[in-house]
Amino acid sequence: MTVITKEAPPRVEGRTFDPETIRSDFPILSREVHGKPLVYLDNAATSQKPAVVIEALENYYRELNSNVHRGVHLLSQKATDAYEGARETLRAFINARSLAEVIYVRGTTEAINLVASTYGRRNVGEGDEVVITAMEHHSNIVPWQLLCEDKGARLRVAPMDDTGTLQLPELEKLLGPRTRLLSLGHVSNALGTINPLRQIIDMAHDRNIPVMVDGAQAVPHLAVDVQALDCDFYAFSSHKLYGPTGIGVLYGKEALLKEMPPYQGGGDMILSVSFEKTTYNALPYRFEAGTPNIADAIAFGKAVEYFQEQMASGLLEYEEQLLDYATEQVGALPGVRIIGTACEKVGVVSFVLDCAHPHDIGTIVDQEGVAIRTGHHCAQPVMERFQIPATARASFGMYNTRADVDALVRSLHKVIEVFG
Amino acid sequence: MSDLKDLYQEVILDHCKAPRNFREMEAPDKSADGRNPLCGDQLTLFVKMDGDKVQDVCFVGNGCAISKASASMMTGAVKGKSIQKVQELFNLFHDMVTARSPAEASAEGLGKLAVFSGVCEFPVRVKCASLSWHTLQAALKDEGTCSTE
Ligand SMILES: Cc1ncc(COP(=O)(O)O)c(C=O)c1O
Repeated sequence: MTVITKEAPPRVEGRTFDPETIRSDFPILSREVHGKPLVYLDNAATSQKPAVVIEALENYYRELNSNVHRGVHLLSQKATDAYEGARETLRAFINARSLAEVIYVRGTTEAINLVASTYGRRNVGEGDEVVITAMEHHSNIVPWQLLCEDKGARLRVAPMDDTGTLQLPELEKLLGPRTRLLSLGHVSNALGTINPLRQIIDMAHDRNIPVMVDGAQAVPHLAVDVQALDCDFYAFSSHKLYGPTGIGVLYGKEALLKEMPPYQGGGDMILSVSFEKTTYNALPYRFEAGTPNIADAIAFGKAVEYFQEQMASGLLEYEEQLLDYATEQVGALPGVRIIGTACEKVGVVSFVLDCAHPHDIGTIVDQEGVAIRTGHHCAQPVMERFQIPATARASFGMYNTRADVDALVRSLHKVIEVFG
Repeated sequence: MSDLKDLYQEVILDHCKAPRNFREMEAPDKSADGRNPLCGDQLTLFVKMDGDKVQDVCFVGNGCAISKASASMMTGAVKGKSIQKVQELFNLFHDMVTARSPAEASAEGLGKLAVFSGVCEFPVRVKCASLSWHTLQAALKDEGTCSTE
C-alpha cells in the first residue's frame, strides 16, 4: 500500500533551513527558567511566537485599532483591509477555493463545536450515527457526545492498534447507512500519528458521508491542501502554528456552509434586522457574529507567512530528521517505553519510564529548564487504550535542535538517578 | 531556586517504592475514591472505625511519587486518631504545603509528615500531596468520591 501522507511543499532552490537563525526570531527562547536556558518542548500544547507576530499585534493596537466592516473612516478601512488580507493568506495557505470558505473562529475547539451545533444539529437525527476515532482530543469527542445525547444518535469509535495506528478496516466497517458524519484528527496530539486522510476521505465519500478534520496538530507540521484532501470541514488553531491564542479557522465547503443554520446571532452576521425578520449575511460573515478578534487574526496571517517561508526552506524535512533523532535518543533510555510508534508521525515523542510517574518526570526536567507536557494530553481514551494513567510528551517545533533533545535526555537521566 | 531534594526526600522515595498500608480492606466501614484528573492520579481509600476513632486505614491505586508517598504516610499518621484529630492534622498539613514560602511552611505538630514541607515550592504538586487527605475526608464524611481538579 502506498499512501502518501507527508507531501513536502515545493522547496525554493538554494535555500536551506537554519534552526539557529530561526531561534533568534523567537524572543522567548533567550530567557531562562530555574536559572537554566529554556528548552521548550511543549509545542503540541502551544508554540512560541516569532518577533514578527508579536510586532504585528503591537502594531495593530498602536497604528490601526478600529472596528472592521462598519466605518467609513480611514482606520476602519485599514483595519478591515488587514483583517481580510489575513483571511486571504489563510485561504491560500490551505488552498481553499474561496474566501467564503474561511471562517474565523476562536480555535479548533470552537470550529468543531460550530459544525456540531449547526451542520450536526440539522443533519443528525434519532438513530443516526457519528463516527470518530480512538485517538481524538477531547475537543473532537465531547461536542459529538453532546449532539448525540441531544438527538438520540449514537457515537461510534474506530479503534487503533498497539502502535497508535488507526485500523482502517475497522473504521470502514463503522461507516454505514446511518452514519451522518465522520470526524477525525489529521494528526494525534498524544501520539503523533498521521492518519492517511486521503484514503479515509475517499472511503467515507464512497458512502456519501462527509468528513470533518481536526487539523490542530497537522498544520504546524504538514502541507495541508483542503482541495486535494477533499475534506468537507477542516479546523485549526493559530496558537499551535506560531500565531497568537484566541483565533483559528474553520474551513468548510461552500455548498455545505450555505445550507447550515447560523451559529451565533448578533452584529456582522446579518444583512438587515427587523423585529419581524432578519436576513443573514453572506459567507463567511454569517458565522462570525460580533466584533471579531481583529488583532489576532492579523497576527495569525503574519505567523502563517512566516511559517510558509520556513516550509519553503525545508522545515518539514528538518523536523522529520529531528523526530528520528529524538526517537532514537529517548528510546535508548533504560526502562523507557515510547507510546505511539506509528510509521507516519510528526514531531511528538510520548513516553513512560518504568521508574517514575510522568508527573514526577515533568517536575524534575522542569528544574533543568526543559518544558514538556505530562498528563493525559486531553485524550483520556488514548491513555485508557494503552492502559497508562498518563505520559510524558516532548513535542517539537521549528526552533528545536538536537541540542534540545540532548538536554531532554540529560534531564531524563536525572529522573532515573532520583528514582532508579 | 527551589531544590528538588526538598521535594524528593529519601523518606518520600522510600514510601513511594514501598508504600505502607497498600492493600484492600474487606468490609470497610467507610471508603472513597480520589482522583486527580490532571495527572491521572487515582486511589481508593478504606477505613475501619472504632467508635469515633480511625482504627485501620489502607489504600490502593496509582499515582506519582508525591501522591503515593503522601497516602502511605497519611495512613500511618491517622491510625488511632479521632475524626476531629484527623481534621486538625489535615488542616496543619494543608497549611504547610500551601505556604507561600518554605520559611512560612510550619511543620509543627505534623511529625514525620514534615517531609512534605518542600511541596510548597512546587505549587502544581500541592494537589498530589493532598489528594489522599481530601479522599480521607470524603470517606469520613461518606461522600464517596473526591476530585482535586
Ligand atoms: C488534536 C487537537 N485537537 C484540538 C485541540 C484543541 O485546540 P484549541 O484548544 O486550540 O481549541 C488540540 C489542542 O490542544 C489538539 O491537539
